[in-house]
Amino acid sequence: MAEPAKKVEEKKVIDEGLEKGTDRLTPDRIEKVIKQVLEGESGARLKAYVDTCIHCGLCSEACHYYLSHDNDPRWSPVGKVKQTLWEMLKKKGRVSADFIRTTAEIASTECNLCKRCAMYCPFGIDIAYLMLIVRRICHRLGVTPLYIQDTAHSHSVTMNQMWVKGDEWPDTLQWQEEEAQAEIPTLRIPLEKEGADIMYSVIGPGPKFQAQLIYQAAVIMNIAGLDWTMPATPGWDNSDMAMFTGDNEIMGRIKRTHFETAARLKVKRIVMGECGHAFRSIQDVGNRWLGWRMPPIPIAHAIEFYYELLKEGKIRVAKKYAETVTFQDPCNVVRGAGLHEKARDVVNQICENFIEMHPNREHNYCCCAGGGVINCGPPYKLKRMKSNRIKAEQLFAVKSRGAKTLIAPCHNCHSGLEDINHHYELGMDIKFLGDILYEVMEKPES
Amino acid sequence: MHYSSEWDWEVGEKSVADINQWKTKFNWIEEPHASPNGEQVAAIVNLSEGEFNVCVNGQLWQNVFDKIWYLRFAPDGRLTALVSEMGEWTVAVDGVAWENKFGYVWDTRFSQDGRNIVVAVQQDMQYCLARNGKPWENTYQNLTCMAISPDGKRTAASVQTSPLTEGDIFTFQQGIYTAAVDGAAWDKNFVNVWNMAFSPDGQSVAAEVRLNLYDYTIAVNGEPWGHTFDCVWEPIFHPDNGGVFAPVRAGGKWTLAKDGDPVWDRKFVQLWHQMFSPDGKKMAAVVAPKYGKWTMAVEGRPWSIAFDEMISEAIFSPDSTRLAAVGKSNGKYSVAVDGTLWKNSFDMVWKPVFSPDSRHVAAKVENEGRYTIAVDDRIWKESYEAVWDPVFSPEGDRLLLRTLDNGNYVRRIIPLNKLTR
Repeated sequence: MAEPAKKVEEKKVIDEGLEKGTDRLTPDRIEKVIKQVLEGESGARLKAYVDTCIHCGLCSEACHYYLSHDNDPRWSPVGKVKQTLWEMLKKKGRVSADFIRTTAEIASTECNLCKRCAMYCPFGIDIAYLMLIVRRICHRLGVTPLYIQDTAHSHSVTMNQMWVKGDEWPDTLQWQEEEAQAEIPTLRIPLEKEGADIMYSVIGPGPKFQAQLIYQAAVIMNIAGLDWTMPATPGWDNSDMAMFTGDNEIMGRIKRTHFETAARLKVKRIVMGECGHAFRSIQDVGNRWLGWRMPPIPIAHAIEFYYELLKEGKIRVAKKYAETVTFQDPCNVVRGAGLHEKARDVVNQICENFIEMHPNREHNYCCCAGGGVINCGPPYKLKRMKSNRIKAEQLFAVKSRGAKTLIAPCHNCHSGLEDINHHYELGMDIKFLGDILYEVMEKPES
Repeated sequence: MHYSSEWDWEVGEKSVADINQWKTKFNWIEEPHASPNGEQVAAIVNLSEGEFNVCVNGQLWQNVFDKIWYLRFAPDGRLTALVSEMGEWTVAVDGVAWENKFGYVWDTRFSQDGRNIVVAVQQDMQYCLARNGKPWENTYQNLTCMAISPDGKRTAASVQTSPLTEGDIFTFQQGIYTAAVDGAAWDKNFVNVWNMAFSPDGQSVAAEVRLNLYDYTIAVNGEPWGHTFDCVWEPIFHPDNGGVFAPVRAGGKWTLAKDGDPVWDRKFVQLWHQMFSPDGKKMAAVVAPKYGKWTMAVEGRPWSIAFDEMISEAIFSPDSTRLAAVGKSNGKYSVAVDGTLWKNSFDMVWKPVFSPDSRHVAAKVENEGRYTIAVDDRIWKESYEAVWDPVFSPEGDRLLLRTLDNGNYVRRIIPLNKLTR
């Protein structure tokens, strides 16, 4: 871990969620909350990590923030723990309000919880877990970036992340059904079909900004001849920003609603769209907070689902996608679930030419959007861009080798890479797997 | 509530409709629904682009609609659907649309006897509930978590009482949500209000509330309990004495509280779906005594068996002495009664049904895409493309089976001893 040639002063971001939250803090409250979380909620795992870390810094080379900031140790994973959690531990919670403000910004906007560093740590210390503890403390202190806090509020009221109201959801599905019937006249999006094999769930932006993804999924389901349904009630959104703000109670409420909706509909499994963090929330974090060791109803991420459809011949490819493509391995479904080879199988079945970016698979660099970072909003966009120069270099290299289209099967990756694409003027075309599958699949003549 | 004493319980089978014939008449037919008494089968059918109707035993409703969804039989046997005409939505009951039309309607609910029908309503981006076609006088900027009293005469929902622009986290945290009962909002606002319950007489309402981002409790008729918790789940009222019971979380564990004070001496990794026996003397709930282990607890005492994946659909027997639930382990569902697991397991099991004398338990089950029923752990020899929940006769000696196979919908009355021997 080398020191940079010169220190670069970062312009302080103004975020009302942090500023006003910090103004309300008192030393006693800070100490009380830190102790409450560290002693009351964090057990042997935290102690083992704290006692085991030898401060070797080998995690640094894993982090896109560190690599993109000229190897400045302040941006290294261990550096971020040192600036936040270790100080709290060392001072037994007697830290200042300004310290909490800085800590909240580091934990929420300078770590994507991507867990690449855990692979580089000789002891496998999960720094993402430590950062989540820091976010939990900041949540309990009321110091969370405004945009993502608003999203957590939306989750708490509507059980979705975009303030989509009770009528807007089924209305959107019916609109998409009607649109898709222009292409396949008998196509249906079956709502509230009890006993269907599959409940298809999406994330909040689906009905709000990306209704075409629901359209595509409906076409895929119909052509594959699947017995599927979508709920008309809250529980349709699998996403979960409360998981990233440290509001575990709302996280649990959202996940309970999601699983109980699937259980009410008596489906055999839940198939979800191309979202990484939602998969993490359903398959790992949210379900376990509720006491489910594994999801009570099995989950299939879109990558697995497309893999099955192609393998079983339920979807056939009419003509492969001609442009040369490369593939972004999302952290939550690759490091988190090992779907990288299935993803490559899908890509090779639907695209003529696929070339790898390097590094790839579980070693791929994070998009710098996930972990709730992009959800902290415009105040942090420039930081997010500067903090992923390494991704831009990685993409530029694969573009130089001929890749024109970047496939990103995760909403956060997709949005984050769009920003990188524009900021660094890479000129790549970014698509979901479903975009391409929909484009190349055999469809009946309308 | 069933009107089953008025139904035909003569043993035998009646072929009611051939749905395959319908398929030749319409562009498509949607999921069939059987009436509670089994005498009717109905489905939404598409006539042509933008033209929908409902087919009941082969007969169409008189009116055609631009769109129809959420076809459901009420407990009293009336057939309801959400229907659209000229861009407006309402409810149609047996083909007759409510006079009042709205911007959108959804989430149909019925009173126990089916006489009252309630839906959520959006009109000009304002929200309320409508009962039997009549909307609340007051409307709100958002509405969630609707609830109705057992007799359906009273309605409630969580409502937003002040404007909120996106990103205004500070106004939100001051509390702009409350419960509205029959349209009238409680005096107090909260950060969140969820999952209301009516008292059996419909006179009181309890709800989960969040007082700030961290403190949860139960509010009864707008007044929060004196204690707060790290989290709470939905409350219920005692059938007789007005006590309010809810799962509460403190120190990372769940227990059951009555009117704000713990009443069970044990704590659990999880606790929800608490329910009273019909006589009000016993309380049962879904619990996780250990991480990843799920069972039922009666009066705070867990069954000795546990499921690895989930437990749901619990129900007390009519005489309050027995308890059945559906559990899932290793990807298979089964039924447990009083802590004893059935030997048979299934790809899916629906909510168990007790006989009126509480001696027998029946449930709709599915294996390999075929449906049938199981009674007291014995699987009926026939299986079908579709089956609806079984219904016991008032004397408990016969079962109504509603089955669909090869398009043929059949109403069957089967002697119980034929199923259990």
